[in-house]
Amino acid sequence: MSRVARLLAPFALIALLLAAWEIACRVLHVAPYFLPPPSAIAQALAADWAGLLASAWNTLSMALIALVVASLVAQALALVVGLSPILERAVRPLAVVLQVTPVVAIAPLVLIWAGLDHAGRAIIALAAVVAFFPIFSGAVTGLKAADPDLERLFDLYGATRLQRLTRLRLPSAVPYLLEGHKVAAGLAVIGAVVAEFVAGSGGAQGLAWRILEAGNRLQTARMFAALAVLGLLGAVLHAVLDAGEKAGLRWWRGR
Amino acid sequence: MTVAALRNVEVDYPRGRALGPFTLEIGAGEIVALVGASGCGKSTAMRLLAGLEPPTRGEVARTPGRGETAVVFQAPTLAPWLSARANAALPLELAGVAHAKAAGRADAALARVGLAGAEAARPAQLSGGMAMRVSLARALVTGPKLLLLDEPFAALDEITRRALADDVLSLWAETRPAIVFVTHNVEEAVYMASRVVVMTKGPGRVAGEVAVDGALPRPEHFRTTATFRAQVEAVSAMLAKGMAA
Repeated sequence: MSRVARLLAPFALIALLLAAWEIACRVLHVAPYFLPPPSAIAQALAADWAGLLASAWNTLSMALIALVVASLVAQALALVVGLSPILERAVRPLAVVLQVTPVVAIAPLVLIWAGLDHAGRAIIALAAVVAFFPIFSGAVTGLKAADPDLERLFDLYGATRLQRLTRLRLPSAVPYLLEGHKVAAGLAVIGAVVAEFVAGSGGAQGLAWRILEAGNRLQTARMFAALAVLGLLGAVLHAVLDAGEKAGLRWWRGR
Repeated sequence: MTVAALRNVEVDYPRGRALGPFTLEIGAGEIVALVGASGCGKSTAMRLLAGLEPPTRGEVARTPGRGETAVVFQAPTLAPWLSARANAALPLELAGVAHAKAAGRADAALARVGLAGAEAARPAQLSGGMAMRVSLARALVTGPKLLLLDEPFAALDEITRRALADDVLSLWAETRPAIVFVTHNVEEAVYMASRVVVMTKGPGRVAGEVAVDGALPRPEHFRTTATFRAQVEAVSAMLAKGMAA
């Protein structure tokens, strides 16, 4: 299969599906509030372009702030926990409980704590909670992932605890941290959108708010337009993070 | 003079006995090969000699101080994030040697194993044989009195492992450290060692030993001589008996 064909294949499929959708809507006379044809969505996109982009940036910036917060907290905590097996045993069950609790379920609580006028803070906090775990567990795993023979070598040469940490454990954890951050960034966006939904149209200006607002007015094409932007945002973010992870690994491994 | 000795050592793991009772004396400048089947406790014996693990019973005597024992593992065991130079310099860095001095000595060690010019390369950019040489340079950088090689060439192709065997012998000739190496290749054991210790199947005991005739480092074509063949046969026979016991 040629390179061009491989690159074009997903776009061809999307075009095909869109065409089928458009034709079906027209032939079957589907009500536009129920399922607007792609052409109507494209019009909505064109009309709302600036506003949608601003909302996308709003959601993305919340998610990125949350990612930074989660990254700092998770790595600091993993470092403390990684150095003490007893602490790790103590923290693990709590971490698991927090992790398996759906973010939607704790969102109203966080909203109250953040103050109803500060929906932004609540959104960042919730997105950070979701983004915390992949980084935390990646860091904890990574800190223990050093080659056992390299560990023996450090024993042999009488390395101090600090030398072992800075020269062996931390560098060994890098691939796990890269992977953790990639997963966390994707989750942060999801967390931010979910939190926006819970915060409602009053407090947030992100993409979820666009979807809610258009939904309340039964402007289905505008809902789809916001969804399309959200999907695009996710895809671009994923591509960027994937490239970032690969670049990070290349730097770590030297090739 | 004895550099290291295991005297009637036994090592028990939760799943059973791994080694012993086992006795082995390593003299200064000696090259000893430990030969035995997988799971006979060769690697356990090496960890005891390195001081990385205490025996359950028995006595371990070691004269080399910190940094005077070096280990080369089956895999190169290099830090992927470090250059060849930084990998070779690691033992010195851990001992607190100044960075520039450590780098200089690492470069010298890399040159000794034939890797001059590859100092800045990362392990991922090196072939298996080259990575093993970096591992060897890292072991030599401290000027060890006891060098432990735990199946160091097992993962390499035949040509590379022969070349490395010759390199180890010529490196040995320079500073004459005591070398203990583990292998399950009988020819390699006879070729490299002044003494071959054959171990029984696990838990390993001494099945017998063969003092190898012939000067070290080996003369050219040593592998084709009748002496070499005869000693390979002797070790093989001893190994077969040890497996049956």
